[in-house]
Amino acid sequence: MTDPGRTVVIGAGHNGLAAAAYLARAGREVVVVEAAAHVGGAAVTREFAPGFRVSAIAHLAHLLDPSIVRELDLQRHGLAFARAALKTVALDAGGDALLFDGNRIVAGPASAADRAAYTAFTARMRRFAVVLGRQHGRVPPRLAWQHWTEALPAALLGLDIRRLRREDMREFLRVVTMAIYDLLEESFESPLLKGAIALDAVLGTKLGARSGNTVFSYLHRLSGAASGGGGPALPRGGMGAVTDALAAAARSAGAEIRLGCPIEAIVVSGGRAGGVRLSGGEVVPADAVVSSADPKTTLLTLLGARHLEAEFAQRVHHLRATGTAAKLHLALAGLPAFRGVAATDAGERLVISPSATYADEAFNPAKYRRYSEHPVLEISIPTVHDATLAPAGRHVLSAIVQYAPHDLEGGWDAARAPFQELLLDLLERYAPGIRRQVLAAELVTPADIERDYRIRGGHWHHAELTIDQALMLRPVPGAAQYAMPVAGLYLCGAGCHPGGGVIGAAGRNAARIVAGAEA
Amino acid sequence: MRAPREHYREIVRYTPFHSRTSRANVLNLWHRWRDHTVADAYFDVTLEYTALRNTCAVFDISPMTKHRIDGPDALGFLNRLVTRDVAKIRPGRVGYCVWCDDRGHVIDDGTIFHLEEKVFRLCSQERQLDWLSRSALGFDVTVREETEDVAALALQGPTSCAVLKALGLEGIEALAPFAMRAFPFAGGELLVSRTGFTGDLGYELWIEPARAETLWDRLFEAGELHGIRPMGTHALEMGRIEAGFIQAGTDFLPADRAVRTDRTRSPFELDLGWLVDFAKPNFTGRRALLEEQRLGSRFRLVRLDVEGNKPAKDAYVYDDRRNVIGAVTSSMWSPMAKASIALASVAMPWGRPGDELWAEIYYQKELKWNRLNARCGVVKGAFYEPARRRMTPPPDR
Amino acid sequence: MLTFVTGARMRAGDNKTPRVRRARRIRRRRRMKRYDVIVVGAGHNGLTSAAFLARAGLRVLVLERNPYIGGATVSRELHPDWIYSNCSYVCSLLRPEIYRSLELGRHGLQVVPYGGGVTFTRDGDVLGGYVDKEVKRREIARYSPRDADAYVRYGRDVMRQCRLVRSLLMRTPPDPTSLRPRDLAELLHVGREFAKLGEAAIYDTIRFYTMSIADFLGEYFESDLVRANFAGSGIIGTALGVHSPGTAYVLLHHYMGDVDGQVGAWGFARGGMGAVSKAIAGALESYGGEIRASASVARVLVRGRRVTGVALDNGDEIEAPVVLSALDPKRTFLGLFDPGDLDPRLLKRARDFKIRGSSGKLNIALDGLPSFPALGPKHPLLAGDMHFLDSLERFEKAYDDWKRGTWSKDPYLDLLMPTMTDPTMAPPGKHFMSVFVQYVPHKVEGRDWTDADREAFKKTVFAQISRYSPDFEKLVLHAEVRTPQELEAEVGLTEGNIFQGELTFDQLLFNRPFPGFAQYRGPFRGMYLCGSGSHPGGGVMAAPGANAAREVLRDLRRRSTVPEGWSDD
Repeated sequence: MTDPGRTVVIGAGHNGLAAAAYLARAGREVVVVEAAAHVGGAAVTREFAPGFRVSAIAHLAHLLDPSIVRELDLQRHGLAFARAALKTVALDAGGDALLFDGNRIVAGPASAADRAAYTAFTARMRRFAVVLGRQHGRVPPRLAWQHWTEALPAALLGLDIRRLRREDMREFLRVVTMAIYDLLEESFESPLLKGAIALDAVLGTKLGARSGNTVFSYLHRLSGAASGGGGPALPRGGMGAVTDALAAAARSAGAEIRLGCPIEAIVVSGGRAGGVRLSGGEVVPADAVVSSADPKTTLLTLLGARHLEAEFAQRVHHLRATGTAAKLHLALAGLPAFRGVAATDAGERLVISPSATYADEAFNPAKYRRYSEHPVLEISIPTVHDATLAPAGRHVLSAIVQYAPHDLEGGWDAARAPFQELLLDLLERYAPGIRRQVLAAELVTPADIERDYRIRGGHWHHAELTIDQALMLRPVPGAAQYAMPVAGLYLCGAGCHPGGGVIGAAGRNAARIVAGAEA
Repeated sequence: MRAPREHYREIVRYTPFHSRTSRANVLNLWHRWRDHTVADAYFDVTLEYTALRNTCAVFDISPMTKHRIDGPDALGFLNRLVTRDVAKIRPGRVGYCVWCDDRGHVIDDGTIFHLEEKVFRLCSQERQLDWLSRSALGFDVTVREETEDVAALALQGPTSCAVLKALGLEGIEALAPFAMRAFPFAGGELLVSRTGFTGDLGYELWIEPARAETLWDRLFEAGELHGIRPMGTHALEMGRIEAGFIQAGTDFLPADRAVRTDRTRSPFELDLGWLVDFAKPNFTGRRALLEEQRLGSRFRLVRLDVEGNKPAKDAYVYDDRRNVIGAVTSSMWSPMAKASIALASVAMPWGRPGDELWAEIYYQKELKWNRLNARCGVVKGAFYEPARRRMTPPPDR
Repeated sequence: MLTFVTGARMRAGDNKTPRVRRARRIRRRRRMKRYDVIVVGAGHNGLTSAAFLARAGLRVLVLERNPYIGGATVSRELHPDWIYSNCSYVCSLLRPEIYRSLELGRHGLQVVPYGGGVTFTRDGDVLGGYVDKEVKRREIARYSPRDADAYVRYGRDVMRQCRLVRSLLMRTPPDPTSLRPRDLAELLHVGREFAKLGEAAIYDTIRFYTMSIADFLGEYFESDLVRANFAGSGIIGTALGVHSPGTAYVLLHHYMGDVDGQVGAWGFARGGMGAVSKAIAGALESYGGEIRASASVARVLVRGRRVTGVALDNGDEIEAPVVLSALDPKRTFLGLFDPGDLDPRLLKRARDFKIRGSSGKLNIALDGLPSFPALGPKHPLLAGDMHFLDSLERFEKAYDDWKRGTWSKDPYLDLLMPTMTDPTMAPPGKHFMSVFVQYVPHKVEGRDWTDADREAFKKTVFAQISRYSPDFEKLVLHAEVRTPQELEAEVGLTEGNIFQGELTFDQLLFNRPFPGFAQYRGPFRGMYLCGSGSHPGGGVMAAPGANAAREVLRDLRRRSTVPEGWSDD
């Protein structure tokens, strides 16, 4: 009853669509099933107030794999950037601001030593990030092998580290597990500078600046830019433009995308994945099911632990995937005036994380299932560069806010209003008068993300991106090569290597495995 | 409700039969079976063993780990847990089974009692609550250890059926091997299964602890004319080896306790391939075991008939060119087979019928140590298996 | 820092008039005796290095700043008739290879195991870690039957990691950036040990080294109390919280020792920890080595690119072609050398070295045995470690206090009464109580500790003990309060870090103390590091000292007197 050669892709997020496009180009019959009425998953542009549209979850493209843009010809399919290589402005409560452009500090209160150190630091971190970036397009290695050819992928990873100069290699092996806080203490004087880098290291994680592994998450964030991307960028029309282009590429390659089709289960017959059952009961048969949903949803909810072996199911069960990042959207009557920020810089990436200690202390409440009283924010006002998102003269502010733990004590229903107030108060301190400009506000908590985007735990990266959940350990040992233990089932989402951040590489790598295995 | 914290004062625990076993244990020989103290021997190992093969013997199996498994998904859960098809164990039946980790290595062996629809009891050597609970993820099932809630005796030997008849268990003779039945007893219920660990005709009797002493007393009363004797661990061990049965911790290392990951064995490597049902679409270890079928096993469990009369205790096993290929895990002089017998784990491909194997045996007589290389023959099946074991109705003597 | 001061004084001394300087030189020469090796610091590692080198036939001199030897491995009579192990207080990590090789038993050392441990709960109950494993299992089952069984799996997995790391303790870490045959061979050894684990356990090992103790324990136990009961080992001596990645390894550091083959067991050195250093010193002297106490080294003398000896605070110079420093890396590189002699990159490494004070200690003389009502009288666990944090949240909050620059207001205590086991440390019926406290910062909100701070800190600790032992305070005859500042001032451990440097991966194995300096050799010929700041790190293990001695002998092309590690097979 299966149609030979048909592949069902679960979810029309960027990874699902990338997988679909590559598989369709490989000549396979591909059906993408998406629960929402539109494509995009968490890379989507949404109207949150009449006339105001915003990148609903991810709001900057840091990591988008350039080879995917090229291979799938995404520009032809409509992808354009309103602005590439955004600068970063680090704000502090006193009205000071540091302006970074690429690897330089271009303005603001920083000592000459810090300026020099910053350039050297980013150069070195980029060299390290290249090591990670090179892995994006590769299937992670297994660490046991019967034949030497199976050892090659692991050897390649080792070789990439060895290709660093000796001093760099030593330093890489030292810093890779460290806390960003400690590395910053070694490197810089200015608290504001340290705070801005610390924010990049902790954003999207359930870690504080003093937690080990944050240098690794920082390198992950750099890894896209290091492998050819240009730094944070704003797609024209919001992040939805990326997925719209991917959808167009997939469709033009022959993939069918079925929207408004939530699935109830992955159908297993004879021990292999044989398709999906939609919530109406319709079964879409397939000989390969490729899921861009998060690993827990895919394996424990849609497939069911009973179809897995016990230890593997436990590994999935223990996958750390508690989201701590919320999203604040403001519809504004005018361009807010952030203290210390020139009007010309208002559209850059603004960060509120005045010191590494601040970024660490913001994390403390999350450990006890409470939200930060003094949160860190990454702010973008995309309307400065992209008039399509709001009525003329009006603006949209989009901010990633941490820490807002998914498992908040007492739940988010009661906490939503006070937390939003707290955020507006904080913004008012940095941009006096902004409160009066607010026409509409929306707070998207990890609980909302879980519900609306069907990501268990509401984690942006589907699963915490730490060394113990990276590379051959992502999402869990035994599943890092995209093929799941149940024949015919594959994962292709952010829960896989190389992880979250609108890269698309997981979809591309998975497609390669699927095409190879099911050929 | 937490158990009282004073439990630490009582390091070893007594089984519900202790008032009786301690009276019977005239040798005062005991050892610890995890929490409990149990008899090594009661009056004479040889005579206890003789009772097992000649009349009947009673062994206190209360400390055996028992788990109760129930809930709508109980069958699905067990089928994912063990390698054989549990659907074929109907209510009122018992099945021997093994379960593996994801690597396809045996965690433990045991028996599944299908007590009633969707209610099972799993008996095993080792505690399994951690493994069972972890395996229960995604199943609507409850798992509870009930070791302390059920007292049990094994009654084994040629006159065991006669004893149960004398005890008044009407229709017991109709009970087939691996079947069980509940009988009214002393105002309660006595569950009898035709199971055991001796390879002989025999039964296991399950009862609530409050009636344990009554059961012991009435059993020995009923058995008086049938040669009933208590039996300790040593005699049971003899019966077990003669039957060719393996024991966790002795003949294989439970995979979930092994620090050294290369010391554990798959069901195929323990001669338990017959318990593996690949027709089931999923069970823990299935993928690895399929892979093992493809690539070949590393080891083989063999039953050895060792030339001469010296038990091959802890002996290395050699091939015909004097290479060490394995080691003996259990051994004894078998009074029934009149042979030195042994269970051994040997590297593949050794252990095929007809292979020439050698055991290096060290033994001492009056403090003088001797070394001996004994030729071993590979035996198929049990060393001793009387016909009565499988007969229904069984003979009375 | 003290050595900075003394270093400055030396340089100031150099500015004396030529006549004075000449007179001094003559005086020096008269006193001078030639040595093959000088070891700076008579802690257990310095003494161990010295002993192995003396046994190889070298003329060895150990110089100790304090009037007593032992460093942080000491027994001190600070209250009449009471012997305190006032720094380190328990023994497990001391490598048995070294114990046996140096015949420490013959030199008076006796390690006696003690029984178990206990965590008190706020609701008046306890979770007892009984010695008998069935009793222990039943005890855990009082809180979670499932956890009681999971404990077996936990023990298995920790033991797997122990076996791996134990195989590396008596070896020199390979330099992964080097292509020298010896480094490649060592890497191969590590690779083989890894491969032995099997694929799944290899992944688990990588995870283990980068996980937090809280996440690690979460994969085994459901009960918060059970988790809290095991969490302490992940943070003792460490400036990290139970949720900090990297703390799972710290747990291993406390499990990888053994007492007579019982891996993970802990014991007391009979007569206090000073018995360890005394025995090693005895071995050293039996091989002809010398120890000079109250001899503070001001500077390591360097000529060209090699060391020539040391200069003492009193101006004496002692020549030797080989100098080993048992001081921590910060003190060694920032204190014993002229900064101008060192590569600025090395100086930066030393300055950046993480050596954070996070622990304090109270040493208490008791007039009698305090009662712990939750245990009741004559309870076997009165002889074990006592802990009072019953949830991971309390652990983490204790760490938050430290991060804020103050001592934990609800601290983690590791409380022991060695006198329950060891009859030599106090008069019969009286007790010595050792209370290790985590977390205690090196500075209080950035400033030095005041007497008032110390008093308040003592009160915090007393209050927690008194909650579980109402009569405890009445029995106190004397209490020594040790914050990281005292530890630094007395023993010389920078910032009072008990491990001579944080045990995080960036400072472990080939990164310890710094990348490129993990093979015990310093920046000059003849200069070596032999303290806990080197692989395999802190704890009274003596392995760094032994490994350093092996490297010295290797460079001198002498036969090694250092035993090979015993394999666990």
